[in-house]
Amino acid sequence: MIGNAGDMNVVVCVKQIPDPANPGSLDANNNLDRSSKLIIDDSDMYGVEMALQLVHAAGSGEVSLVSMAPNGETAGLRTALAMGAEKAVLVSDDTLKGSDALGTAKVLAAAIKRIEGADLILAATESSDGYTGTTPVQVAEILGLPSVTFAKHIEVDGSTVKVQRQTEAGYDEVTCPLPALVTVTAGVVEPRYPSFKGIMAAKGKPLDQVTVADLGIDAAQVGGDGAGQKITNVTAAEARKAGEVVVDEGDAFQKIVAFLDQLKVI
Amino acid sequence: MAKVWVLAESAGGKVSSLSLELLTKARELGDTVEAVAWGADTASIAGDLGAHGASTVHDLGDLGTSLPGVSVAAAIAAAIEAGTGPDILLVGQSYDGRDVAGRLSAKLDKPVLTNVVGLAAGEPPVASHAIFGGATIVEATFTGSAPFIYAVRPKSFAAEPSGGSATVAPLSVPETGATNAATVVDRHVEERSGPQLDEAAVVVSGGRGLGEAANYAMIEELAKLLKGAPGASRAIVDAGWVPYAYQVGQTGKTVKPTLYIAAGISGATQHMVGMKGSKNIIAINKDQEAPILQIADLGIVGDVHKVLPQLIEALKARS
Ligand SMILES: Cc1cc2nc3c(=O)[nH]c(=O)nc-3n(C[C@H](O)[C@H](O)[C@H](O)COP(=O)(O)OP(=O)(O)OC[C@H]3O[C@@H](n4cnc5c(N)ncnc54)[C@H](O)[C@@H]3O)c2cc1C
Ligand SMILES: Nc1ncnc2c1ncn2[C@@H]1O[C@H](COP(=O)(O)O)[C@@H](O)[C@H]1O
Repeated sequence: MIGNAGDMNVVVCVKQIPDPANPGSLDANNNLDRSSKLIIDDSDMYGVEMALQLVHAAGSGEVSLVSMAPNGETAGLRTALAMGAEKAVLVSDDTLKGSDALGTAKVLAAAIKRIEGADLILAATESSDGYTGTTPVQVAEILGLPSVTFAKHIEVDGSTVKVQRQTEAGYDEVTCPLPALVTVTAGVVEPRYPSFKGIMAAKGKPLDQVTVADLGIDAAQVGGDGAGQKITNVTAAEARKAGEVVVDEGDAFQKIVAFLDQLKVI
Repeated sequence: MAKVWVLAESAGGKVSSLSLELLTKARELGDTVEAVAWGADTASIAGDLGAHGASTVHDLGDLGTSLPGVSVAAAIAAAIEAGTGPDILLVGQSYDGRDVAGRLSAKLDKPVLTNVVGLAAGEPPVASHAIFGGATIVEATFTGSAPFIYAVRPKSFAAEPSGGSATVAPLSVPETGATNAATVVDRHVEERSGPQLDEAAVVVSGGRGLGEAANYAMIEELAKLLKGAPGASRAIVDAGWVPYAYQVGQTGKTVKPTLYIAAGISGATQHMVGMKGSKNIIAINKDQEAPILQIADLGIVGDVHKVLPQLIEALKARS
């Protein structure tokens, strides 16, 4: 899969999601309602930025994007193209509704295969709306690639990627030969804002929209039918009630001390 | 009847509390409960695993410098193919647990139910998931055939010993090839004094309302006075005030202390999902409308720069 020597080609998985600022809701099939306009998942901005910086450091190569989204949504991809990515593959197809992480991974893996010469695939450790955190590793397994998750720092040295991987205790330094898949945390880089010039340029960049059939995937493997899991019940969680609310008049700390006394934590 | 395997993660010869929580739950889900462990010295953790319900510990041995995900998934997949594997696999929603679940899922072409916060016995067991910041509970289960893989969030169940003991049996790792090429060349342990964030009886967390990084010292001081652990909202982790290990919430730690104090934290759903299970909550926020005040047992509408120093002084005066 390695492209021309010296070139650094990075593919970034970019999820397009409902704006997390708006309260989420479930549709009639108990899937997350994705009918509103979708935007780039913030979590994937880090992957896009990291990819741009790695290609820049290598001196040549390009950043490509893959996304699976309903309704031919491209707004989030355009944001990433405006940041500096060169091209995108979007998989959009009605049969994909209700796909689970494994179905999504099958689709993303097939889309990544359409991009030649990928040295490195980046994704986020978890998406903002689904947060299964398994999709990228599933993609790696399907493509037969090694993976390093939870990167807080990435460097590429020739045909090796060096990653600082977050752990419970601190971090591990991990090296991995390319091609490989790496998932990034929010600590990995500070994403740039697209410039006006970038936004204008993005409009003309290639965006290849494909269907499940184009990818040669059996429709029964993806979407709600392929998911192999079903929702059996949806209920409102028991709400935690508010207790006493006190406006501080300079003595609120005494209320806290009394509360601590009552709990016997002091 | 169902055979349940639990992924047993450990560090420094100590089983993670998450793995013990899963073993405890596993006893309700099947009649055979076994653990899968790896590391240089599995014998030393077998006692704890047995005491929490594992009759056998399948020991992969020392994985050397490789990351666990690929090797552990390959070993479990091989056992399943040989007919000696589990019907149900419980893994923690942890760094390595997710790697194992993802690898295994794609290998076996079986789905995973992730972010599980509850499990009810059944064929297959029904999982509950807290969505929209814990406001809604969704129950879900598998429609296909075993094995069923569940990735469970920490603190979903209480760990309780059953008083059993386990036999250690080696489980070999098949040839993994190119997928296992990642190599750990060095491990960095960041020192932290005081109790662990996810084990402390008292957690004191600060948020963007502290104004600037230097003010986090008040959080640390208060935590110390209460023999607790300092925590944080993601806003100040992303801003670089404190390390990621301090983060409480959906993408950070889940905590259930006796007392949680939130200072200058608004109470975004992604924060609350990580601390809502606390027995008691005190919140200090200058905005009466802040969502955190709606779940606090004691809510103070006030300025952290006034209330925290006064509180710290009062506690110092008593000690
Ligand atoms: C996918 C995803 C995952 C996320 N995961 C997490 C997570 O794991 N954990 C997490 O915490 N967040 C998480 N977030 C972020 C979350 O949505 C919020 O942005 C974040 O929790 C806000 O942090 P904050 O409360 O410190 O800041 P803000 O929301 O800015 O709140 C600051 C609060 O301080 C109060 N304040 C200001 N000045 C004072 C003062 N002088 N005295 C008293 N009060 C004052 C304000 O009234 C306000 O309520 C996630 C978001 C997404 C999209
Ligand atoms: N539909 C999708 N399109 C593109 N990338 C995706 C999609 N779903 C998941 N990913 C990638 O996988 C990461 C983890 O997603 P998740 O498994 O949902 O937590 C995301 O942050 C993306 O980088």
